[in-house]
Amino acid sequence: MALYSRFLAEVDLKQTFYSHTFTNGLTLVGEAMPALESAAFTLLIPAGCAFDPAKRGGLSTLTCEMSLRGSGERDSRKFVEDLENLGLQRSESVSVAHTAFSGATLAANLPAALGIYVDLLRRPHFPAEQLDSGRMVAIQELRSIEDDPAHKVMLELRRRHYPDPWGRPSEGEMEGLETISINEVQDFHRRYYRPNGAILGVAGKIDWPRIRDLVGDLLGDWPGSIPPEPMTVAAGAKIEHLAHESNQTQIGIAFESVPFRHPDYFQATGAVGVLSGGMSSRLFTEVREKRGLCYSVYASYHTLKDRASVLCYAGTSADRAQETLDVTLGELRRLALGIEPHELDRLKARVKTALIMQQESSSSRSGSIAREWHHLGRVRTVEEIGRKVDELSCDSINRYIAAHPPGDFTVVTLGPQPLQIAA
Amino acid sequence: MQFQHTTLANGLAVIAECDDDAYSTALGFFVQTGARDETDAVAGVSHFLEHMVFKGTPTRSADDVNREFDEMGADYNAFTSEESTVYHAAVLPEFQTRTVELLADILRPSLRQEDFDTEKKVIIEEIRMYDDQPPFGADDQCRAAFFKGHPLGRSVLGTATTVGALPVEEMRRYFQERYCPSNITLVGAGRIDFSRLVDAAERACGGWTPSQSTRTLPGSSGQEGFQLLHKESATQEYLIEMAAAPSATDPDRYAAKLLSTIVGDDSGSRLYWELVDPGRAEHAVLHYYGYHGAGAFFTFLSCDPDQAEENVKSVLQVYRRVESDGVSEAELDQAKSKVQSRLVLGSERPRGRLFVVGSHWTYRREYRSVRDDLDALCAVTTEDIRRVLKRHPLSRTMSYLVGPLKSMQTPA
Repeated sequence: MALYSRFLAEVDLKQTFYSHTFTNGLTLVGEAMPALESAAFTLLIPAGCAFDPAKRGGLSTLTCEMSLRGSGERDSRKFVEDLENLGLQRSESVSVAHTAFSGATLAANLPAALGIYVDLLRRPHFPAEQLDSGRMVAIQELRSIEDDPAHKVMLELRRRHYPDPWGRPSEGEMEGLETISINEVQDFHRRYYRPNGAILGVAGKIDWPRIRDLVGDLLGDWPGSIPPEPMTVAAGAKIEHLAHESNQTQIGIAFESVPFRHPDYFQATGAVGVLSGGMSSRLFTEVREKRGLCYSVYASYHTLKDRASVLCYAGTSADRAQETLDVTLGELRRLALGIEPHELDRLKARVKTALIMQQESSSSRSGSIAREWHHLGRVRTVEEIGRKVDELSCDSINRYIAAHPPGDFTVVTLGPQPLQIAA
Repeated sequence: MQFQHTTLANGLAVIAECDDDAYSTALGFFVQTGARDETDAVAGVSHFLEHMVFKGTPTRSADDVNREFDEMGADYNAFTSEESTVYHAAVLPEFQTRTVELLADILRPSLRQEDFDTEKKVIIEEIRMYDDQPPFGADDQCRAAFFKGHPLGRSVLGTATTVGALPVEEMRRYFQERYCPSNITLVGAGRIDFSRLVDAAERACGGWTPSQSTRTLPGSSGQEGFQLLHKESATQEYLIEMAAAPSATDPDRYAAKLLSTIVGDDSGSRLYWELVDPGRAEHAVLHYYGYHGAGAFFTFLSCDPDQAEENVKSVLQVYRRVESDGVSEAELDQAKSKVQSRLVLGSERPRGRLFVVGSHWTYRREYRSVRDDLDALCAVTTEDIRRVLKRHPLSRTMSYLVGPLKSMQTPA
């Protein structure tokens, strides 16, 4: 026991967090990591694809794409060039809840990079003549899913498992992407790119007072808006086969879990870790190691603010797909019989290592603290999380599993033939 | 940051970049063997063997191996390329010795028939998985055609047929020949206690019987050609191209890396502005790889089949233009900022440094700090880039196009 306290005493892992919420609702949250040379940011804007209007699936993604095509005094080329000259490694993505912009570079360049992103938020050009280019980028991404069946089955699984709009793929729909107008893009930006509910996480070698003042100057008077929440509609069919001409059959299985902020979060994710974390986990051992059924098999925990699930995947040759599905479902059901102490020990070791190693990456931390703020409204130290993990016991995990046994599965398969789902 | 190295009596090298401020320890055994060291009779054996290494030793079952790594909370894996097979783990510093002992033990695997038969199914599933993801397969064909007859033309995975037909005795023979101590380097990065590392290596690997293994290093200038492969089930059309490039030991490798960044980085490059920004292609990138005794520039493009013909022409025009006009100072500066920043960010984690330090050593028997590499990048001039293009024109390619298209005019 007390793995963490002992270890933390040895490494003297001092964490310094800061947070500041501006009057318009924007929260800036920071972690100083003075040993690093880099600094990173993660900006979560509450403009996810859950807010795509009916028949406009993909509007959030196209708005994100168009926002990169010029803002403030920069056209799209200057935007990219200036960020690259700052050495910024950047990425942007759209999830159900957020449009996220993130980047990492040498610490001294972070303020300048943030300044450029402020233009994107507040002074985007949305050039009408580039709409078709942006549209084509989004359409290419949507089409490419068809050539990646493993990706496709998991998108279709989420779509069916969660009530709409919470399982939508951010890539959108062809129908929506083909018809979106520049006015709709501008309107989406105006409504949903807003400070209230937005979170900016910064981590690395940062000078907190300077970053806080800079963000205050640049975004403190950014006006908010209160758009309507999306309507939640019941999910569709829970068992579905999608015909696909391929060697392998892709299998996706989902069942319900508890969200990040739930008091049983550590028990829930602990159970997933026993199923699929490391090569000694149950799914890897039973499906791949003992039977050689798959190259890839896993279960992963997926959380939104108010709902969560465990998403499982296996891909195998069509003639062995039935056995793979049976063995995988068997392992999920067997979880209800409880976990063993040696499984718990390995789980704790893995979580502990991952926590410590996060401290080696500013990008990883800027993302974590922004997401923690989104889910909890605060940031926990490694020590606090470590204590929670130390407190985990087989009993507490088994109690959780007994109360939430894996079942009521959503199953989506993709391949040449449908499979039977044993009761 | 301190570099240390030694060589055991049996020829196994131990090297480490020690950083006392790091939170974690990264360790890896770099075996200098891969697809290029195979013959037709054992095609795919290097990668299959990499899987078998985790299947147990005289004193450990496969379950023991997986369990012991997980007990340490290790972040561990292995990969096989054309030229090397690497077994690596990142752990908390307290597990340094235990990790070396475990990795060293699995590098003397039992290679039992029963495990071999089960794992063969996993490898075949891996091949079938990629087979359902176009343009898989075309890259191997392009490589074979480009390196025609050269060892670097061999496929890492092999095919379901070659792997299916492989007998365990052939794998054991290959192992004996290639996994000798002089062909293996133990690499450490991050928080490393070097004297304990050497002690552990001596105890765990000192008894390995020394022998010699060789690798042939014929030159290769690369073949030219164009092939259209029809794949009805694909949605997008894919272009894979290879052109000759500086080798991993050529001082021009830094200029080649910057050239590929200027011309074909996934953002802000010439291919990006020509094809990706306007939405003409989903991806259009140019990468540089240096090998022992040869090198290659790889082009990868994916797009709507209807636009493929025009896009292939545009790629060629981009390449011809840079060959005739060179690159500007501004472009070079932008590429340097990008590559240098990636290098620094990637080096913050010990497991990032592990591969860089290991690669410098296995290719060139040298240590280069992050600063050394930053300086080398900084020193590249537009004239260096011009020289690389002259010696290795990007437009002289072996090209494979795969997807729904049934016919296309060869770009001239």
